[in-house]
Amino acid sequence: MTASDTQTATTPSNGPVEVQREARLARFAVMTLGPIAAAVIASGLILVVFGINPITYYTFVIERGLFSGLGLEQTLTRMAPLLFLAAGLIVAFRAGIWNLGVDGQFLLGAVASAALAPALLGVLPGWIVLLMGFVLAGLVGAVWSVLPALLRAYQGVNEIITTLMMTFLGVSLANVLVKLVFLDPKTTVPQTRTIPVPDRLPRLFDSTISSGLVWAVAAVLLVHVVMTRTAFGLKLRTVGANPHAAAHAGLSVPRLTVAVFAISAAFAGLAGASEILGVNGNVRADWNPAYGLMVIPLVFLARFHGVGSIILIFFYSALLIGSESAARRVGVPQDFTLVLVATLLIFLGLAEWLDHRRRKGGG
Amino acid sequence: MRDLARTSLVPLPAKGVEAVGLVSVTKRFPGVVAVDDVSLGIRSGEVHVLLGENGAGKSTIVGMLAGLQLPDEGHLTVNGVPVRLASPVESLAAGINTVFQHVMLVPTLTVFENLVLGDAWWHRPPRALIEARIAELQRDFGLRVPLDAITGDLSLGEQQQIEIARALLRESHVLILDEATSMLTPQGADELGERMRRLAERGLAVVFITHKLSEAYRFGDRISVLKQGRFAGEIGPDALAAMAEKDAVDEMVQLMFGSSDTGLASAARQSRPRGACSLKVSGLSTQGGVEEMALSDISLEVFAGEILGVAGIDGNGQKQMAEAIAGQRPVTAGTVELESRNVTQESVGKRRELGLRYLTDDRLMEGSVGLFAVSENTVLKEIGAPPFWSYGFEKPARIAAHARDLIQRFSVRTPGEATPIGHLSGGNIQKVLLGRELSGAAKVVVFNKPTYGLDMQNIAASRQRIRDIAEGGMAVLLISTDLDELLELADRIAVMDRGRICGVLDNDATQPAEMRTAIGRLMVGEAPAEVDA
Ligand SMILES: Nc1ncnc2c1ncn2[C@@H]1O[C@H](COP(=O)(O)OP(=O)(O)OP(=O)(O)O)[C@@H](O)[C@H]1O
Ligand SMILES: [Mg+2]
Repeated sequence: MTASDTQTATTPSNGPVEVQREARLARFAVMTLGPIAAAVIASGLILVVFGINPITYYTFVIERGLFSGLGLEQTLTRMAPLLFLAAGLIVAFRAGIWNLGVDGQFLLGAVASAALAPALLGVLPGWIVLLMGFVLAGLVGAVWSVLPALLRAYQGVNEIITTLMMTFLGVSLANVLVKLVFLDPKTTVPQTRTIPVPDRLPRLFDSTISSGLVWAVAAVLLVHVVMTRTAFGLKLRTVGANPHAAAHAGLSVPRLTVAVFAISAAFAGLAGASEILGVNGNVRADWNPAYGLMVIPLVFLARFHGVGSIILIFFYSALLIGSESAARRVGVPQDFTLVLVATLLIFLGLAEWLDHRRRKGGG
Repeated sequence: MRDLARTSLVPLPAKGVEAVGLVSVTKRFPGVVAVDDVSLGIRSGEVHVLLGENGAGKSTIVGMLAGLQLPDEGHLTVNGVPVRLASPVESLAAGINTVFQHVMLVPTLTVFENLVLGDAWWHRPPRALIEARIAELQRDFGLRVPLDAITGDLSLGEQQQIEIARALLRESHVLILDEATSMLTPQGADELGERMRRLAERGLAVVFITHKLSEAYRFGDRISVLKQGRFAGEIGPDALAAMAEKDAVDEMVQLMFGSSDTGLASAARQSRPRGACSLKVSGLSTQGGVEEMALSDISLEVFAGEILGVAGIDGNGQKQMAEAIAGQRPVTAGTVELESRNVTQESVGKRRELGLRYLTDDRLMEGSVGLFAVSENTVLKEIGAPPFWSYGFEKPARIAAHARDLIQRFSVRTPGEATPIGHLSGGNIQKVLLGRELSGAAKVVVFNKPTYGLDMQNIAASRQRIRDIAEGGMAVLLISTDLDELLELADRIAVMDRGRICGVLDNDATQPAEMRTAIGRLMVGEAPAEVDA
């Protein structure tokens, strides 16, 4: 066989790069925008069933979440913890590890930073306190993943179950800590001591947007670059795509697995810290926003792509903020956003299935 | 499986009638026309051999007949009626049974569970019946089917035998074997060929894909040749029967490559004086499993510039030995020394750094990451190393250039270096893996079935490369089930049986027949006189 032979016959219509790029764009439209549109419409139909005009609802949500100044600021602020979570999930999912325990890691990180910061304020300079709060939250999150990590790495125990179980434990533990250990004695409702607003993360410019957003966006971009452009990222992706091949190529699969868990969970911990040190200032008993459950489908929809995740999370935050006021004004409970996300997941699965069938080809 | 319990045979169509057919079938993939306007008739009572170089489109045709893929243009027929086989279930229902080129068993299930997979869920698998039929197959074919073993613990050759057994267990009109003999020993292949002939005589239509032209001649009734997706010609039953083997092979080569030059160098390799000992294995033992071969007390030495062949029936511990040497498998006793440095405790990566290369025989599960681009797969064992990474950051242009170079040197047929490697044909994936192990500086190379799945020209080219690296002073441990390959290349041949080395012979290329007998004796456990271990 000669060198010229290696060039296989190409179809006349299928050669140039532009055609492939177009095909990829078309596929993106079908696979990403398609499910979103379908989910919006299907959820709208559900609203119709309950006698609410979906158009009124959606316009209200969009106006409130995107086009009102304060709403937009709230939307951007809300993005910070979601983005940190997304960063952690991208690492894990790209490495083939289903860390579904981010909510537990998030809450424990939040409690850790909420406990540490008030105790150190006044003793150390403010920025050091904030930094230490973040570091501690990351560490606590990572520690909470050690058990599932070791079980998965050395015993092959499926992490979906163990991480979910650790989330149950983590949420309860966080509650216990708030109610028994870090309780603020000065308040009647059980909650941790509140960090005064001036000591929280600085706000951006003259707005109410927490600067946590900047760090969160940076985290997602960093993770994206590491996973797609670096040796470490390729190692993790190899482990995720084919652990046998990874071991054959000389990678230490167990060690990389533990690393993935630790990094992923640390980001979940940072998410908790950003919510407390940036926005809430304290953790109230029984507080569990369960952001992780919402971010997981979005990260999937973005196909683990960093920029894609940022965009989707932006819109999702707007939806969250918009629907919070819609709950009061239009009378649609806030849980409706979960309906929307659930339908989105269903359509995502459908699109995936259709794509698979299309690839099999045939007329 | 749905037909297991059936006692009476399906009435087979009359001999010579077309059982399945392709009518002007075209199948495209991004950047390739895999099958280009091909029409074929597979008749009852015939063994129909499909030949073609790597990437010619054979497996794609199999995929369409098996319901894995749909034709883009044209259609299939079953018993003369146009059909649409949109899923494997439909293909099975049409009486088509397929043994795929790459094993498709569930590794975590037992062999028995794999055999009954796809059976109706509402009745219990008839274990006694299956056992009886397996025993029959074992007797007729010498197929080894350990029902209770975990499938993933078995070697690929053993898994291939299970696939063959599974296809034979079901009653069918059409049996497709895509390179099913690639991992069998010559005797195993002959037994399978014999059985194929008997099945055809009973009226079955058999499609047989192979790269070994003598098998095509001996077992086939009709030979169709594909070239770059197009139908390149056929040798009909009458013509084939009238030809002598040599003429038939010439004709096939002519059709496949457009020239009668097989490129196969028949001259055996000239042994050269040994250099220093490069690889020394002493008393190596590993833990076994239910059906997994344990190594016991393996000792061997490979010298610089030498090729030590390892013969034996697949599944006798060759893979375990290669893995233990490469550092992928924990050992319970013994040492591995690389240029007199004890590396028994070193990791896979460290051993590679020290100059040890290992080409696995499992190109899909272990050798490559199917979803990754060809280019990424060429550097999979060097992640992080310069010049492809600097300061941990990937240099895509350098990786791509390296991949293009490898693609060119090893004639890999792919639309480009960015194509996912899983989309390449089996032989072309093998070329990439070979290229990966053969590039760069090495001292000791362990090859496990380096040429399986390659077409003749690529086999010749690859064997030449193996000679070249030995010439260049590397030590080569060459594991193969293909005796011809060992006789052609090796200086000495070790024979493995049930996890131990039962003898090492000096290869005498001038007396191939004697060598075969001596090796055969060792394989069945007779101690020969001329052992020089
Ligand atoms: N799923 C796929 N996606 C993209 N391309 C494919 C796919 N399957 C096969 N091809 C391409 O189609 C061509 C024919 O492949 P096929 O597997 O049929 O070859 P083959 O004749 O079986 O070769 P071999 O002897 O190496 O097994 C190759 O160029 C291959 O890259
Ligand atoms: Mg093939």
